[in-house]
Amino acid sequence: MDLDVLFLSRFQFALTIMFHYLFPPLSIGLGVIMVVTEGMYLKTKNRQYESMARFWTKVFAVVFAMGVATGIVMEFEFGTNWATYSRYVGDVFGSPLAAEGIFAFFLESGFLAILVFGWDRVSPRVHFFSTVMVSLGSMFSAVWIVVANSWQQTPAGFHIVGEGMMARAEITDFWAMVFNPSSVDRLVHTLIGSFILGAFFVMSITAYYILRNRHLEMAKQSFTIALVIGVISSLAALVSGHVQANTVAVTQPAKLAAFEGHFRTGPGDMYLFGIPDAEEERVRLGLAIPGGLSFLIHNDFSTPVTGLDQYAPEDRPPLQIPFQSYHIMISLGMYFIFITLLAAFFRWRGTLFDKRWLLWVFVFSIIGPYISNQAGWIAAEVGRQPWIVQDLLRTSDALSKSVAAGEVLTSIILFTVIYLFLFAIWLYIMNEKIKTGPEDVSALAGAGAEGGMIETISTRTGTGGPSLTSSRGDEHAGSNGPGNSDSPADSERGKEEK
Amino acid sequence: MDLNIFWFVLMGVLLIGYAVLDGFDLGVGILHLFVKKDEERRILMNSIGPLWDGNEVWLVTFGGAMFAAFPHVYATAFSGFYLPFIFLLFALIFRAVSMEFRSKQENPRWRKAWDVSFTVASTLASFLFGVAVGNVMIGLPIGADMNFQGTVLDLLGPYPLLIGVFAVATFAMHGSIYLYLKTEGDLQKRIHRWMWTTFGIFLVLYIFSTMATLVSLPSAVTNFRDVPWAWVVVVLNVLAIANIPRAIYVGRPGYAFISSTATIAALTFLFGFALFPNMIVSSIDPAYNLTIYNAASSQKTLGIMRWIAILGMPFVLSYTIAIYWIFRGKTTLGKFSY
Repeated sequence: MDLDVLFLSRFQFALTIMFHYLFPPLSIGLGVIMVVTEGMYLKTKNRQYESMARFWTKVFAVVFAMGVATGIVMEFEFGTNWATYSRYVGDVFGSPLAAEGIFAFFLESGFLAILVFGWDRVSPRVHFFSTVMVSLGSMFSAVWIVVANSWQQTPAGFHIVGEGMMARAEITDFWAMVFNPSSVDRLVHTLIGSFILGAFFVMSITAYYILRNRHLEMAKQSFTIALVIGVISSLAALVSGHVQANTVAVTQPAKLAAFEGHFRTGPGDMYLFGIPDAEEERVRLGLAIPGGLSFLIHNDFSTPVTGLDQYAPEDRPPLQIPFQSYHIMISLGMYFIFITLLAAFFRWRGTLFDKRWLLWVFVFSIIGPYISNQAGWIAAEVGRQPWIVQDLLRTSDALSKSVAAGEVLTSIILFTVIYLFLFAIWLYIMNEKIKTGPEDVSALAGAGAEGGMIETISTRTGTGGPSLTSSRGDEHAGSNGPGNSDSPADSERGKEEK
Repeated sequence: MDLNIFWFVLMGVLLIGYAVLDGFDLGVGILHLFVKKDEERRILMNSIGPLWDGNEVWLVTFGGAMFAAFPHVYATAFSGFYLPFIFLLFALIFRAVSMEFRSKQENPRWRKAWDVSFTVASTLASFLFGVAVGNVMIGLPIGADMNFQGTVLDLLGPYPLLIGVFAVATFAMHGSIYLYLKTEGDLQKRIHRWMWTTFGIFLVLYIFSTMATLVSLPSAVTNFRDVPWAWVVVVLNVLAIANIPRAIYVGRPGYAFISSTATIAALTFLFGFALFPNMIVSSIDPAYNLTIYNAASSQKTLGIMRWIAILGMPFVLSYTIAIYWIFRGKTTLGKFSY
């Protein structure tokens, strides 16, 4: 493919959206963990939970900042690179986007300030309320953007005004647009994907702590909370994925055909893996359940499923990318179910935290949900091609007319350099935060003296008042005070201070 | 009210909200390198720490509202300003991560690097906002198909560049007054001098920009003929500007901040008023202008969006007020600070 504006703009959008999508699902997933942890703290007044809540909040703040910074790029890019698309869909697509700003982003950003900076400025209840609001806000953002994207997959509630290059979609029924045939299914699936990511993220970090024998109590509690969320959402992803496949079969048959390499209309096979070959119209090196696709959609192994042969060559989606990303997503989904159920079994037996090999598996399993979330979206977006709005507007017709290839190439190079740089720094900072870990419960009791979250025992005397530097050393200095030795975390401190 | 006018006004309100609120935190960023000690730099960053994100949401919502209500303006402006807006994005990204990353390491070189990035990004963002406003004021080469027909060099004329510098000066002044309110002691004394310096620079550039506008854009005042009451805003603007040095002199920085807020609001209002009913003026042929009618969404969408705005704006205002109330008072550093 030569470097034309179309290819470059698609490349840039893929680059920036995939980078952006490293962060929002983690915000959504971690948000749930924060709500559960802080809620447990309010209920039990157990400082262990406070330490957890504060730690996840700190991690959340870094994730959220990256999500905001890379998210503005997306809003701009519709206009900068896809001006014709923006003119075409603005009447329909703009409202959810504006609603996202007014309803979700203001909510999130306002309460995030309290969440991160307000521990000692508001009461524990107001703080918890803020946590809930931030978590809801992050999900609201997902609502509106997934609605907008779903409208591109399954347009509804609109009519076309104007002709040729001046044609555009206008809303006729707002609620039909919002609840278009795919938006609920896709929203649910997106949120579940985010919960899985949040759960595996927490399990990865806490498994590492357990293996390193640090923050044991906090780590085990966090792991268990995340495991519960992980089991439920992994199973829910299977159900929601199945429902979604049924919708796609009706609304976007070409996409489903591309997912399964289903060339000729007739009973469809379900591949476990394979390499679709568009030239020969068959799947090479594949292993399939004969009639599996028909069974999936119609509960019958022989009912015909629409194949790619029903579509003119110029209307067919590409094959390789949707096929492979779809299968990667599904395989990983199965893996999540297997591994979380296995861990849940051992947790039930009480032996999970002695199974070092399994904990190591969890340390590295965080890569799985990252890949599956990205793969799912790649399948959804590439599977819709060559359309940017299904059956209405071709991606190749949607570009900005005033933007030259050189300009897009310039911005791609800059985005690549800057994003690689930011990603490296982000990983480094996350790694540092994780290595530092949560504060010990006893240190929190010290913080209570300066107006921490709950004004309980402040047996600590001396060792400096409010610290200006908040360096690690200072926090630990506070933990040497008397009266804290009953904390189980105290015994771990010797190891940490190295 | 005519829905198109309603949305034009609401866009104006969002833009004023953004310019006033993000104006001071951009200003803090512009001035950041003028303090040298780590602790003082932390105070500067933390003075806007809980607020900047919410302030920036005004811009995001302004963009979203433009996409929804005036998709042609959104498409034309964003694709026309391609490279400047890409750089604006980088500036906004670096501003955000500079604040987030700086505090995560003690190493002085690490912190210095993020300090520089914070100031450069804040200055660049302010400058590019000004350049965009300047270009919209003088008009762009827009063709019959509503698309920009120039190159990036067409966007860097003397008038837009002047407005770009003016925007930097305005936000720096606004930011210094804000900082004076949020600091104490020796740092505050030094910031007192900044207020005078930044006001002086602002005043000179204000006079130049006003003259340049009147000379190069006589059409900017045509709307005053139809709506004479708008002169009131001009008078208020001048009074607000005159009140800034008075309030600083008599030691009432709160009034000075209100005055700089009023100044920015009035300037933004006049920008919108001068344009109306156009949103982007074509320098090729006035027939190609993008107006609040030919560039708008359907009446149905504008009507739906009006409900979204009426439902949403009270929430927005209450969050904003609540956050500013919770984080009122002098900035102090604690364990949760950057």
